[in-house]
Amino acid sequence: MKRSGMGVFANAWTLAYARSVRRLVLGNKAVSQFLGTPVLRKEDPALLSGRGRYADDLPVPAGTLHAHVVRSPHAHAKIVGIDASAALAQDGVWAVVTGEDVRRLSDPFLIALKAPINQWSLAVERVRYVGEPVALVVADTRYLAEDAADLVRIDYEVLDAVIDPRAARDPSAPLIHPQAKSNEISVRRFSYGDTKRAFDAAHARVALTCSYPRNSFTPMECYVVVAEYRPSDDGYDVLANFQGPFSTHPVMARALRVPGPKLRLRIPPDSGGSFGIKLSVFPYIVLAALAARITGRPVKWVEDRLEHLVAASSGPNRITEIEAAVAKDGRILALRLDQLEDYGAFLRAPMPGPLYRMHGAVTGAYDIANVDVVNRVVLTNKMPASLIRGFGGPQLYLALERLVQRIAIELKLDHLEVIKRNLVPTRKFPYRAAAGALYDSGDYLRAVETTTGEGRLADLVRRRDAARAAGRHYGIGFAAVVEPGMSNMGYLSTLLTPEARDKAGPKNGAVSMVTVNVDPLGAVSVTADVTVQGQGHQTVLAQIVADRLGLSPADVNVVLEMDTAKDQWSIAAGTYSCRFTPGTAVAAHLAAERMADKLKAIAAKQLNVLPEDVELAGGKIRSRSNPDNALPFARVAGTAHWSPVMLPDGMAPALRETAVWSPPELEPPSSDDRINTSLTYGFVFDMCGVEIDPLNYQVRVDRYVSMHDAGRLLNPMIVNGQMRGAFVQGIATALYEEFVYDEAGQFLTGTFADYLVPTVAEIPPVEMLHQETPSPLTPLGAKGAAEGNCMSVPACIANAIADALGVRDVELPATPRRIHTLIAGAEESPLPDLAASARESTRETAR
Amino acid sequence: MKPRPFDYARPDTVEEAVAILAEHGDEARVLAGGQTLLAMLNLRVVEPTVLVDITRIPELDAIRELDGRIEVGAAVTQSRLLAWPALAHKLPLLAAALPFVGHFQTRNKGTVCGSIAHADPTSEIPLSLALLEGEVVLRSRRGTRVLPAAEFQQGMLATARAGDELITAARFPIVGGAAAFREVARRHGDFAIVAVAAVAESASRVRLGVAGMAERPAVRRVATDGPAGIRDAVERLAWELEGYEDVHASARMRRDLLRGLAPVVIEEARRCAA
Repeated sequence: MKRSGMGVFANAWTLAYARSVRRLVLGNKAVSQFLGTPVLRKEDPALLSGRGRYADDLPVPAGTLHAHVVRSPHAHAKIVGIDASAALAQDGVWAVVTGEDVRRLSDPFLIALKAPINQWSLAVERVRYVGEPVALVVADTRYLAEDAADLVRIDYEVLDAVIDPRAARDPSAPLIHPQAKSNEISVRRFSYGDTKRAFDAAHARVALTCSYPRNSFTPMECYVVVAEYRPSDDGYDVLANFQGPFSTHPVMARALRVPGPKLRLRIPPDSGGSFGIKLSVFPYIVLAALAARITGRPVKWVEDRLEHLVAASSGPNRITEIEAAVAKDGRILALRLDQLEDYGAFLRAPMPGPLYRMHGAVTGAYDIANVDVVNRVVLTNKMPASLIRGFGGPQLYLALERLVQRIAIELKLDHLEVIKRNLVPTRKFPYRAAAGALYDSGDYLRAVETTTGEGRLADLVRRRDAARAAGRHYGIGFAAVVEPGMSNMGYLSTLLTPEARDKAGPKNGAVSMVTVNVDPLGAVSVTADVTVQGQGHQTVLAQIVADRLGLSPADVNVVLEMDTAKDQWSIAAGTYSCRFTPGTAVAAHLAAERMADKLKAIAAKQLNVLPEDVELAGGKIRSRSNPDNALPFARVAGTAHWSPVMLPDGMAPALRETAVWSPPELEPPSSDDRINTSLTYGFVFDMCGVEIDPLNYQVRVDRYVSMHDAGRLLNPMIVNGQMRGAFVQGIATALYEEFVYDEAGQFLTGTFADYLVPTVAEIPPVEMLHQETPSPLTPLGAKGAAEGNCMSVPACIANAIADALGVRDVELPATPRRIHTLIAGAEESPLPDLAASARESTRETAR
Repeated sequence: MKPRPFDYARPDTVEEAVAILAEHGDEARVLAGGQTLLAMLNLRVVEPTVLVDITRIPELDAIRELDGRIEVGAAVTQSRLLAWPALAHKLPLLAAALPFVGHFQTRNKGTVCGSIAHADPTSEIPLSLALLEGEVVLRSRRGTRVLPAAEFQQGMLATARAGDELITAARFPIVGGAAAFREVARRHGDFAIVAVAAVAESASRVRLGVAGMAERPAVRRVATDGPAGIRDAVERLAWELEGYEDVHASARMRRDLLRGLAPVVIEEARRCAA
């Protein structure tokens, strides 16, 4: 695609395209039988009866060895020496792989920035976070490997660590990567519109500094890798529960110094959860591959929970300084954001994604013409940050939505009124946001009116007033969130200057691929470029294909285990950033439609009708005008395989269609840094009431309402499940989960006793509402929907707490300890006689 | 997360068990429910040479009433005690506190005496034993010792048990139907940040027990003759125990939790008694 001339503003072509697709959507509705209905999940019978096929359960090659990772106890230290002789002397120990082996046999991982930040699969020369892999012990069993690991002697020279991202920017701070000369490895400034003029002319300015915590969403299943090296073709064959994006596959192949096909990666059919985290298994894929090469035997490594919490992956923490120029009525005229994001000790591909994934949509749900953004990437002595559900959205919206609440307070306006005045008006869709996002469709105001209507807000206000009259702390919060779906693979290049981008060439698009196959007996099978994580993609793909082929979802066999040597995939493949619905689902629709067209053409000849008169329905292929003139689906399918002679002239025999979908709206960043970061933009509006318990300092969610507009829902039951999952994780971020380091960089939340994942007992009920404003940019009209509540819930609860306590700063997670600090006030010192008698009574009871 | 190699012994009698303990002393560990021990083994926090599994010793798997006390054998699980029909009547404090011990699944394996042996400063069962002024029965080849709770639990994860001794039972005195229990934890089933329990001794006095403020549970007698007196007693206790700091709470927050919880629990126990 040409870069110049493809303006980022909505052009006539986009609109014409949008209108034609809208017609297509309406046209399709007539023949949809299964799409849009709550078809039961094909996945569940196996999963619910203990027959899931997870990575750790699968058989391994004979002679497989087991590995254990030796990890750094220090946040920052030089590796003075490693003595593995005692470990190697143990029976059953095959190798102790160190950073020097890894440096000799592999290259550092590619990163998104040109910066001298070299990361290998083991620490080389120095360690930079607690838990960093330093050596790999390979033995006959995991037990032996762990025993031997205790005998690996590593001498460290401990260095000062830096944990606070603000302190890390200080010129006197210890350098994580001395060659980079600074811990702040990227600063980019963006300006859209005329922000300065808007600020100068504004009625008022409202500013806030907001911290988003460091956390994760922990899957039940940790990382698993089984790697084999085949000297005969110098190739690696790896099984791992990797989730994508497959843009990481070239990163691994390059590190291993082999062409892509020599790294055959297989992904198992089932997964014990991912939430973004399973991308970061990739350094271990390379490590296990190298260990297999060194030992000449297959090597298996299964991450345990301790390793997972200390070193698997984390979302980045962010400090945002945000300021709005506002009119008297609360209208936001301009925004300024200074975002400082902490990526930990390394910048792993595709970081700093969270800082840029939302970039085009940085103005959120609001119609704001002028915005300045400063994006800063900082490294500290923490585990590296990477993908996590929400991916930059929660960080942005916590700051933006807290700011909107502050605008209402400082201008003495109603919070909801300020939101409504600033929402993108319905008539403006498709709407081009200041930083370049093309919001495909929406009716935000209607969503807000529905949510607050039907007595819901009145009920919350009643509850608040009653609680406050009784002297209790009760607050109401709101949050409005635009939820992106399917990332533009070019968004990360916004990190580079336009000049650097010109040199490198444009990056854009998001390629999705699906193959539909019909066998000689008419059985339909589907493969796709997604990795299974439990979402129910098999079911939805079966619905899509069944509708197009006039079959039932039960007739469509969907196989989603992935083999990079045989399956269709491109760099965007994988399951992340809500790409399934706007991406892979569309490719399935297109592939199935092509298959249907081919079957119609074959049947037309046999039915003696025009192809336009042929329809696929009820397992038959028949004349639309004379349904009795029909052939069984399997019969027509068989023709394509057995009787090429009967096919229309020029038609290729057999039935296999691979469709590729890459929507044209995903353009590269423009020369003025505007970027349409995603294809679809859904909307979430949340409203809640919380009460703070003065006895135990806990935040109790009294009522929570969440409205979603994700376009057309392909399977409302599955979407609802996704939304509830995101809600739970939103609650986790708001109230429970946080990775905590002390000042020296020691990790304080290394078990589930300290890193608190809420259980079902902690999750409040949620009332989910839906409206459907179909996307005009995808043939199915559906949008991504699985991350919105991760983005909205932390902001909504923070706003409610701020309202309950009348405070400006609410730090998340709002733990009892933090709430206590906010409300406790000064403690009276004990009277001297009380203290003395207390000591006396201690002695007494000690008897 | 794999333990070091160890031997496993599964004696059928207490005599056999104490013989193994006599041979190995501190190198041995007693395995009952394993809900704490197995995690500690996997973390290599403890590295015993032999595990002595006492769960199949019939003599230890009993709940008995003897002279005003309920004796709970060392193999009795928490869920078994919770399901014991007489519990609410004989030991209302445990009926109130046991649902807070871990989760349904962990209570199915975890034992009452195992929790006492582990001596976590925030645990509900050691708090209950201390408050009820119960006893721990220890057997070894040298004989049998019966220690009051306050002597048995010596500090953070520290008890008076010698390496060759086996806890065979805990004895909880039957204290009439007036008990109250509350705790504050981040999630249901977590270790408490602060737990407070009370039993009424008379119309004008309760016994108050506090866990999570110091290295071991504290027990005090508090006169219930008026809110001011209760407040002073709680205030005194808050400063005496001081509290401590961890990821979940500051010492100050622990004192405030005690200030908030104790009057409520005292009031509940007093009302139960009335």
